[in-house]
Amino acid sequence: MLKTFTKGGVHPPENKFSANAAIENLPLPKQVVIPISQHIGAPAAATVAKGDKVLVGQVIAKSSGFVSANIHSSVSGTVASLDAVLDSTGYKKPAITITVEGDEWLPEIDRSLELKKEFSFTTEEIIAKVSAAGVVGLGGATFPSHVKLSIPKGKKADVLIINGVECEPYLTSDHRLMLEKAHELMVGIEILKKALGVEHAIIGIENNKPDAISYLIKIASEYKGIEVQGLKVKYPQGGEKQLIKALINREVPSGGLPIDVGTVVHNVGTAVAVYDAVQKNKPLIERVVTITGKSLPKTGNFMVRIGTPISQLIEAAGGLPTDTGKVVNGGPMMGKALNTIDAPVTKGTSGVISFPEKEAKRVPEKPACIRCAKCVSVCPMGLEPFLLNRLSQRKIFDRLEAEKVLDCMECGSCSFVCPANLPLLDYIRLGKGEVNAIIRARKN
Amino acid sequence: MSYSIILYTVLMLSALGVVSAIILYFVAQKFKVFEDPRIDEVEAVLPGANCGGCGFPGCRGFADAFVKADDISTMFCPPGGNETFAAAAKVLGKEAIAQDPMIAVVRCSGSPEHRSRTSTYDGAQSCKIATTLFSGDTGCQFGCLGLGDCVVVCKFDAIYIDETTGLPVISDEKCTACGACVKACPKFIIEMRKKDPKGKRIFVSCINKEKGGVAKKSCAVACIGCGKCVKVCPHDAITMENNLAYIDYLKCKLCRKCVEDCPTNAILELHFPPRKPKVEVEVQPEKTE
Repeated sequence: MLKTFTKGGVHPPENKFSANAAIENLPLPKQVVIPISQHIGAPAAATVAKGDKVLVGQVIAKSSGFVSANIHSSVSGTVASLDAVLDSTGYKKPAITITVEGDEWLPEIDRSLELKKEFSFTTEEIIAKVSAAGVVGLGGATFPSHVKLSIPKGKKADVLIINGVECEPYLTSDHRLMLEKAHELMVGIEILKKALGVEHAIIGIENNKPDAISYLIKIASEYKGIEVQGLKVKYPQGGEKQLIKALINREVPSGGLPIDVGTVVHNVGTAVAVYDAVQKNKPLIERVVTITGKSLPKTGNFMVRIGTPISQLIEAAGGLPTDTGKVVNGGPMMGKALNTIDAPVTKGTSGVISFPEKEAKRVPEKPACIRCAKCVSVCPMGLEPFLLNRLSQRKIFDRLEAEKVLDCMECGSCSFVCPANLPLLDYIRLGKGEVNAIIRARKN
Repeated sequence: MSYSIILYTVLMLSALGVVSAIILYFVAQKFKVFEDPRIDEVEAVLPGANCGGCGFPGCRGFADAFVKADDISTMFCPPGGNETFAAAAKVLGKEAIAQDPMIAVVRCSGSPEHRSRTSTYDGAQSCKIATTLFSGDTGCQFGCLGLGDCVVVCKFDAIYIDETTGLPVISDEKCTACGACVKACPKFIIEMRKKDPKGKRIFVSCINKEKGGVAKKSCAVACIGCGKCVKVCPHDAITMENNLAYIDYLKCKLCRKCVEDCPTNAILELHFPPRKPKVEVEVQPEKTE
């Protein structure tokens, strides 16, 4: 029987146009812009200077704390500048610009496609390798993976959950990865299991990807303790807490982490990146990015070097159609509209979607909330979005905190269903920021 | 028979009332909270706008703190001004130090003719939300978004967004310098500056910290950090930091030399008599070239 989470959820149109497009390698760009903060946590500290020659896989910025990640050069060439560069929001952010010259890799990276199944590393060695390779959560949140693997004292995981849900409409990068790198994924899961000291792993996949489910079930039978579980299609099943509820029926307490209920969740992309890092010494320098859109001439999935301008990805898809109104970085539900298509692909870019003008526009707001409670019924965290919206607008922050605004994971289901088209999530996000600031001030 | 019932009832209730009144009187004496009568007096003097410009929660909050404070030199009621503050100080028998009247100024002149639009925003109409999402719908990441957070917080109806320029305009008569808009602006564009008796003021109407070329490219009236104004100022009032000029209003003698020398018209002069060759009195200088 197919499982799913119980509270809330919505069913946006799936539009997975690029599901059958095999992963292609995007040609090397002329220049890459690699931001030094592509993850949650402290930005990395640049270790190269202008004019330095770098090779593919070389560390160019070092992790500057426990919750931080190394950044590696995704190309070989010369460092052109360390100046701040416009990012996808239009603000200038510190980044390293490298001019591409050839494609020379660090000698210790194993570039062969041969599967390397056996490993004999200890937990500490695995965590050190993952940390050195700068692996972060590739589902979109970009949380440094070595932090998730280092289980705090006194806590224990008994099951590893692998997120192959890809609940965002349009996106197909994880889907293609599961089909094309299934063995690498399985070995990656074995490594993660070893690092966490668990015997059992479950891969959750929504049943709009039946080919991936049946294929992975076949492959998983060759490995011990890996189970594949089909899930009903419902957004936001790819949310960590929703997936835990759906697969093992445990509920993460408010403000808690998955480890509090004995599990750790990793994305399929992350598991493959962990395989590359541990078995092939290959740091996180490229990722699969979906480029799609209703009026794009061609949709597809590309293996893209980090730092490649998004404009080049769009070119590979045949260029932007003239009726484009918005280009979104990420999925249509949680992604953010790009301010400029010259922004680089980062570790968290799972997809780029172009929307035609008439779909891109927000529908005009109607005057008021009529308390229909549609948002309450779809909120996967069991919150009351209409109330949070109002409290945030009226700046009643203590009440907002008491109403658990910090549990909101910004999935956007409330704004999606609101019949008055109110920008609920916009105000909730604002309130979250304020409440976070108040809590920080209280601690100091 | 029936009359006696009425009589007993009335007597009974009256007696109950008297006993209760006596008890209540003693209880009230026992639990009496002493409140300084001067708090009421001070509150009566204050404007009663409850704007929070003084930093206290409303006029009552200010009156309470004012009466309890030993040193009142750090306190002030911006909407009431010197007169009101002196009257409030008189209630306590203290001397009020007169402060310069202030007014809010908008340090951005980027109307659509000066700043070209690079994107459009149709999300929630709040500057604070827009700033968290992106840098702005023009090439300038520092400039005014024109969504009117300052208009919403103004309790004195002193700000409106000009439809042609898309920028806030502050009314000289209505602005009380309470500072609510300064706190509300997520881009830190609005600043409190000294108000000359005639309303004259000179300020750099730009907060773009980019280098000259980049700033100029994003906005025609941006401060490009050329430093001409610093050199020409005879009173040492202008400083240059991060490619941005700042005029210290305490040192500025309103001589207008910097305004003439600014190559991008980033320095504004307000409420000065018109000059001979070129007229520049309004908030948005019309460029003649």
